[in-house]
Amino acid sequence: MTDAVTNARAATAPAESQLKAIWSQFRTHKGALFGLIVLAILVLFVVIGPLVWHPEVMKVSDALKVKNQSPSWRFPLGTDQLGRDMLARMINAGKVSLAVGFIAMLIAIFVGTTIGVLAGFYKRLDGPLMRLTDMFLALPLIPLLLVLMMLFQQKVASYLGPELGAFVLIVFAIGITSWMQAARIVRGEVLALKEREYVLAARSIGTAPRRIILRHILPNVISPVMVAATLGIAEAIITESVLSFLGLGFPPDFPTWGRLLNEGQQYMQLYPERVVWPGIAISLTVLSVNYIGDGLRDALDPRIRGR
Amino acid sequence: MLTYTLRRLLLAIPTLLLISLVIFFMVDLAPGSPMSEIPLTVPPEVRLKMMAAMGADQPVVVRYILWLRQFFWVEPATLFDSWFGTGWAAGEQRILSWQTRSPVFSMIGERLPQTMTVIGTAYLVGILIALPIGIYSAYRQYSWFDQAGTAFAMIGFSVPTFFTGTLFIIIFAVWLGWFPTKYDTTLSVTDWDSFVKQLRQMALPVMTLGLANAAAISRYMRSSMLDNMGMDYVRTARAKGLPERTVVLKHVLRNSLIPVVTVIALGIPSIFGGAIITENLFGVNGIGAALILAIHASDLPTVQTLAFIFAVLIVLFNLIADILYGLLDPRIRYD
Repeated sequence: MTDAVTNARAATAPAESQLKAIWSQFRTHKGALFGLIVLAILVLFVVIGPLVWHPEVMKVSDALKVKNQSPSWRFPLGTDQLGRDMLARMINAGKVSLAVGFIAMLIAIFVGTTIGVLAGFYKRLDGPLMRLTDMFLALPLIPLLLVLMMLFQQKVASYLGPELGAFVLIVFAIGITSWMQAARIVRGEVLALKEREYVLAARSIGTAPRRIILRHILPNVISPVMVAATLGIAEAIITESVLSFLGLGFPPDFPTWGRLLNEGQQYMQLYPERVVWPGIAISLTVLSVNYIGDGLRDALDPRIRGR
Repeated sequence: MLTYTLRRLLLAIPTLLLISLVIFFMVDLAPGSPMSEIPLTVPPEVRLKMMAAMGADQPVVVRYILWLRQFFWVEPATLFDSWFGTGWAAGEQRILSWQTRSPVFSMIGERLPQTMTVIGTAYLVGILIALPIGIYSAYRQYSWFDQAGTAFAMIGFSVPTFFTGTLFIIIFAVWLGWFPTKYDTTLSVTDWDSFVKQLRQMALPVMTLGLANAAAISRYMRSSMLDNMGMDYVRTARAKGLPERTVVLKHVLRNSLIPVVTVIALGIPSIFGGAIITENLFGVNGIGAALILAIHASDLPTVQTLAFIFAVLIVLFNLIADILYGLLDPRIRYD
């Protein structure tokens, strides 16, 4: 009885308190809270870092004199084999890594949600779109992405410049090869949602399909999409670092954490910290994002939240 | 069941054709492919000869069909010939690598044993670690062991294999010196000493991949056990007075293994993909390393063939997983 009352109150309460309810459920998940804090620190490191930390501008000849330094006040994380400040490189690399993860996820979620909604809502499209999804799921992703990098990197770089070219190509390639999970989840949700009474009611008063989708269906698939999106960031960051690690990702002067790991690997026996820093950064990011996804899943599920 | 299997096999054909089409055309028509990279200083007639020597002067559709024929008919027939001494593929053109001028499949045949020993062992080790962890964490849900198992799985999910591999090299090979950093493929196991050497050089790659696999499988095992623990038949078994050991390890475990077995089958092709990283990291001379070599050398036939083999593996193991599920679980009937 009390359950029913609280549920009814929760349902009629304004949107702000719903956000509050989600937050208070999210807070009870220790891992998720830890993830949020760690991710916030990493993002701050990357965003505030360049404003606070100004690496010395040196001539190449001077820089080569301070190569392979161990950590000191002048170079908090030491320098690499060309005398570049590792802290500054970590900051820049992190910016690119996080951006790749975030934007690739946005592309994947956009494509996935679109395909999922279309397949779930229009019966005609369901068959072909789901076959397409199955086909994408059967593609060998890492080999395919490696091949894509090899084949298109120079061409795209000649149009957009090496840095932007690599970025656009990688983000796009990862985005269009990782939308399948989102599409499947969204399709399942839409199939269930479109039989609900309020959709029937909307249809019976002559609402256009486009409007039903935007107004009634999409807001109700947001929670699973958010969870898929969070986990998608982690996956995209790992995929990018795999490509960079195998030497087929970003160019050396435009590093990501994966690329730094790749470079550090040659000097791993003498300077292990050069592999450890980017490795820890990638792992912490992915770990925290995964925990946040876990917490979000619980927090956004009203059946769990009510308890 | 048989009709279902046949139908799935038939359905796999268009999927595979479509994937082969995607792989072949993407690689072939891409701007970076060697067809477009012959320097402009090369005179036109020499250029034509070069193209003809590579077989690249034919229209792309012809080359695609030829490649399909080589992949699905000539190569299996050659294999058959070498086993039974028949002459089915005599005089047929096989898929040749542009790097080595030798058939791609004999290169794969040479490298497959290395991949299989390392990756196969890693997967087995992963399963052997994962199952007990999953079973015990489910049996003592929310105990400290379960919490530790959850944390282990989360870390296993999140830390990429190229980082765990590098860490292992630094810790176990560089600092402690227990294992070699690189895998020596020329080592042949003849006596006890070389066997120990082989085990030592396999330890790091197997550990790296095994941990990553164990993380995922232990979670599936745990949740599948939890699903079954609350079932009525478990209560009946306990009410009959069966020892706890029998209840958990016979009644619950058998039923919980059904979905886990299919997950294990589904995971097999993806470990080949993951093997690319591990093989490169440890210098294992397997097919993953071959793919990277071929990519850096713009060796299109090898790249196309290897990528397609990975796709075939994925489709095949999806099929196997579905059929296994039907065979193991009598409640599921596809017909």
